[in-house]
Amino acid sequence: MSTLEIRDLRVSVETKEGLKPILNGVDLTIGSGETHAIMGPNGSGKSTLAYSLAGHPKYKVTGGTVTLDGVDVLAMKVDERARAGLFLAMQYPVEVPGVSVSNFLRTAKTAIDGQAPPLRGWVKEIRGAMDALRMDPEFQERSVNEGFSGGEKKRHEILQMELLKPKFAILDETDSGLDVDALRIVSEGVNRVKSTTDVGVLLITHYTRILRYITPDFVHVFVDGHVAEEGGPELADRLEDEGYDRFLAAAQA
Amino acid sequence: MTTETGELSKGSLSTDHSRAIADQAHSHGVGPSPESSRASRPRSFVADDFPLPIGREEEWRFTPVDRLARVLADEPADGHLAWGIPNLPAGVTISEVTPDDAIRRTVQAPGDRASAVALKRAGGAMALTIAPSTVLDEPLTIRLTGAGEDARGHVLIEVGADSEAVVVIEHDGVATYSELVSVSVGDNAGLNLVLLQLWDAGTVHVGEVVARLGRDARLRGTVVTLGGDVVRLNTAATFADEGASVDLHGLYFADAGQHLEHQLFIDHNAPRCRSRVTYKGALQGQGAHTVWVGDVLIRAIAEGTNTYEQNRNLVLTDGARADSVPNLEIETGLIEGAGHASATGRFDDEQLFYLSSRGIPEIEARRLVVRGFFVDLVHAIGVPEIEARLLGLIEAELSKSMSEFREGASIPVAIA
Repeated sequence: MSTLEIRDLRVSVETKEGLKPILNGVDLTIGSGETHAIMGPNGSGKSTLAYSLAGHPKYKVTGGTVTLDGVDVLAMKVDERARAGLFLAMQYPVEVPGVSVSNFLRTAKTAIDGQAPPLRGWVKEIRGAMDALRMDPEFQERSVNEGFSGGEKKRHEILQMELLKPKFAILDETDSGLDVDALRIVSEGVNRVKSTTDVGVLLITHYTRILRYITPDFVHVFVDGHVAEEGGPELADRLEDEGYDRFLAAAQA
Repeated sequence: MTTETGELSKGSLSTDHSRAIADQAHSHGVGPSPESSRASRPRSFVADDFPLPIGREEEWRFTPVDRLARVLADEPADGHLAWGIPNLPAGVTISEVTPDDAIRRTVQAPGDRASAVALKRAGGAMALTIAPSTVLDEPLTIRLTGAGEDARGHVLIEVGADSEAVVVIEHDGVATYSELVSVSVGDNAGLNLVLLQLWDAGTVHVGEVVARLGRDARLRGTVVTLGGDVVRLNTAATFADEGASVDLHGLYFADAGQHLEHQLFIDHNAPRCRSRVTYKGALQGQGAHTVWVGDVLIRAIAEGTNTYEQNRNLVLTDGARADSVPNLEIETGLIEGAGHASATGRFDDEQLFYLSSRGIPEIEARRLVVRGFFVDLVHAIGVPEIEARLLGLIEAELSKSMSEFREGASIPVAIA
């Protein structure tokens, strides 16, 4: 049982005009096996939260704490956070020309586990996970994210989540830009990892659609860089009916 | 991280560098403007026809000519590199050639003073001759090793009609060396030529490869320049007849203080020939400097030409400089295609973030990216044992240079 604890997190982003505050005191506690949906309008700071947790250098933490089982995450470098058990499925995965998917996956798995995976079992594991995500085996020979369609990129992100088995996975708008079939495949992948591991999931989304496939235990509404309202799955239903207007009006008042 | 200069549509008569300049993607240098046509630059077997360069000349403007005094001086050099010659298969000979004969068998006259002096002072040539209709199954590797000497060299590679061969010329050790390599590819012959510059520190190497392709001939030339203090290796290719195809690939990796320069000139002087040029370089460390100049001339007679050249540079640290100058001159509108691209980018921190976020340590992530940058060129060689060896050499180069990071050198963080 692990706990990811975010306390009064304040983050600014570097812009040409200087540091611009985006997160204004985020409080969130996620336990193993839990699924938390973070919902909010564009510009509310959802992705900033995701990238800050992963340690992207563009985002400067100006206050607050993030701990994983009591250990200071913010003091860790990006790769150390991943090895500690954090995983970020990115909204816009980065192309790495000339690095094959198979080489990338093996290198990442070796880094996370601290040792190379046993060859035979690893090949089988990749094949199984790719099959389940309806990915062609030849996909392994392609360069990471290069020339991938939107759906392929997202499936590749979830493939990594399945193989790397993080303690906590942050899914940053994994549903954006996916058609219904791709959304179902990706969601099934997430649910498979949830059912076979004790992963805690932070599901960041603009839309409620993915919540039909992945049931959250908690829903947090994110507005203006902090959690404005929290509830159970029923809060998502309400957002689907009402949209974010209620929160935006409150924020502007 | 890349910007492309425009691909020229059929029949266009000028090159478009506007985007590249706007993006500062590649330098067009400073100094005098180029001559009216690349064709007007002199070629001569007579060293005195080329005045001693001072560094302002178009072909020398990126070169530290003060470091090349020995190879530019028209003086005797008494050293010789040690030639490591393999057992030669049937149809292949290596022989010494007298100076007069060497000039007669050289396919193009030298294009600059260093090259002309090398020819004059080499005292004849070594000729690797592959008889017509010889198909070699194995690569032929010749190793030229320096032990600190001052040497001039003249090499003839002559591939007879209908032959197929892979020839590897490897330079290593330490030397002050200038060299003219003449490559003749006979009608319908195929030559895969790999030139490895694996010099130790302290080496100055100035060379020129001049090539001529017969009718329907195929030349794949790969230049790999990793070692040496100053290496300047120019290539000039031309066509004896129509239907030939030339692929020139280059891979270079400059560390602190190294100057690695490659200038190319493809003279499309025959109809329906094809050329592709792809050079890629990585730079790292204070004073690392690379130069790539790619000139392509499509003469009026060269109808049906298809050409594309590109240069990519990956700048890994501050303090390194990549100059990249593509030039395309077109004298006929009746071509199949002509284009060029040049891009110089910094190491992409988003790639680093992506890989790191999967637990991969920074040093390993950089290695993956740099290896990935070069891997297509390595595989293009098409000879597995050479590819494997080359990947090993790049790996060694990476470990050497990556140790700078391990020692805590500051890495600039540029945010996209």
